[in-house]
Amino acid sequence: MGLRKRPTKKVNKKVAKKVTKKATKKAAKKAPKKAPKKTAKTTKKKAKKVVALPGLGNEVHLFNSLLELIRVTSAEMPDDIQKVILEALAREEKNTTAEYAMNIIKANIELAKKKSQPICQDTGTVLFYVNHPKELDQIKFTKTLHKAVLAATKKGYLRQNSVDSLTGENPGTNIGPGHPAIHFHQHNKSHLEVSLMLKGGGCENVGAQYSLPHNELGAGRDLAGVRKVILDAIQKAQGKGCGPGVLGVTIGGDRGAGYIHSKELLLRRLDDTNENKELAVLEKDIVETANKLGIGPMGFGGKTTLLGCKIGALNRLPASFFVSISYMCWAYRRQGVKLKNDQSIQKWLY
Amino acid sequence: MKRLQYPFSQEEIRKLKVGDMVLISGKIYTGRDAVHKRLHEGVKPPVDLKNQIIYHCGPVVLQDKKTKKYEVTAAGPTTSIREEPYQWEVMRDYGIVGVIGKGGMGPKTLDGCKQYGCVYFHAIGGAAQVLAEKIKSVESVNWLDLGSPEAIWELMVEDFPVVVTMDSHGGSLHADVDSSSKTLLKDFM
Repeated sequence: MGLRKRPTKKVNKKVAKKVTKKATKKAAKKAPKKAPKKTAKTTKKKAKKVVALPGLGNEVHLFNSLLELIRVTSAEMPDDIQKVILEALAREEKNTTAEYAMNIIKANIELAKKKSQPICQDTGTVLFYVNHPKELDQIKFTKTLHKAVLAATKKGYLRQNSVDSLTGENPGTNIGPGHPAIHFHQHNKSHLEVSLMLKGGGCENVGAQYSLPHNELGAGRDLAGVRKVILDAIQKAQGKGCGPGVLGVTIGGDRGAGYIHSKELLLRRLDDTNENKELAVLEKDIVETANKLGIGPMGFGGKTTLLGCKIGALNRLPASFFVSISYMCWAYRRQGVKLKNDQSIQKWLY
Repeated sequence: MKRLQYPFSQEEIRKLKVGDMVLISGKIYTGRDAVHKRLHEGVKPPVDLKNQIIYHCGPVVLQDKKTKKYEVTAAGPTTSIREEPYQWEVMRDYGIVGVIGKGGMGPKTLDGCKQYGCVYFHAIGGAAQVLAEKIKSVESVNWLDLGSPEAIWELMVEDFPVVVTMDSHGGSLHADVDSSSKTLLKDFM
């Protein structure tokens, strides 16, 4: 472990110096023209490669785009989430603690956007999902991504949130083994698409994985059994995951793949419909049933316990039947960008 | 809506009941996992916690490079249940009268609340900006060696909005909702 850590630290320091000196201050708004000489040179050198390597593009643009992605994800709630939160607020009875909670949530969303500050102080596990053309150099991309994460941390878009599990030390960089989490997926298109999810610890802690059959719950290896364990997880979570929340549920896979996939399901828009009809029915049923349990916002009691549920499936071994459940809090921070060939932002995905 | 004004007292705390919506004004201290672990290990707190409120919170704090002044830019509550093994001891040994957090706590804490005169205030999880606005200043910081989110920040708050979910008379909204939702769930299984 010691050997592994050292190089990471060195890199972090280097990155820290570079970023603070050069890019940080002007990064968000100003284009590479204003960037310091050395960076500009490297940029020029790379510029020729842009055509040949569309996945690489311009490093300074990429840095700026990623930093902006982090800022917006941390501070602004996507429209699809905001819509269901307002609906939930309207449903709660007047002058209850549930309505009080939803009103504060609404005010918080507005204030965070206005001040361009984190919606929640727990800026969570930083999860990147990168869809890229085959030309992308993942090592180079990761370096730029780390610079952006570091800059975002210095600017307070991200809290110093990544801790050495053995020593408890917090280097304050958000960079270390396993963090940020980067999931690369190659696609057949020529552009880069980067999605980001910031998933807080409170909701991560109420995630659950069940192995079916589950005797205690009487849950067998079928959708009825899947339904039972999902509802059990919701009841167990109470308000601890900062409800009302949204579930990503994966049926099947190995234990690791199941959890990873359950988070990827949270990239789906809340208002979409599952292409699998049976799962579409189950998703709706879970939300309706959960909202009859009376757990309510923050677990105060009330009408909305769950805002949505997304279910998917992976193949499994004949011997295994896992149901992996990821809970996302109401502070559902996920955003994404489609990048142009020069790696500036072409459009926002949510 | 009730108001609770610093300095806090046992007498005022005993008047609070589950379901009360309260606005807190005055001094509070943050303290979360590492602080509670250290206190449990026998290290004396760097500040006098008698009649104080502990806030389970790991704030985002920025320091002005020139003035060295701290500013809290995001400060919602963190999940409290992790302090369940320790919280009652802090009540017993250091006389705190309030805990602010989220998600509620268990029977040990509830028992401590009753025995030592303390309440659990539930803040709105995730509402980091609304709550940061209620923090008017940072007075001091201790145990910064634990890392910024884990340090003890002394904060002055004004009209900090919370709901009493565990009182000093044995009442717990969390136990009630857990039990009623469990019963309801049986019908849907």
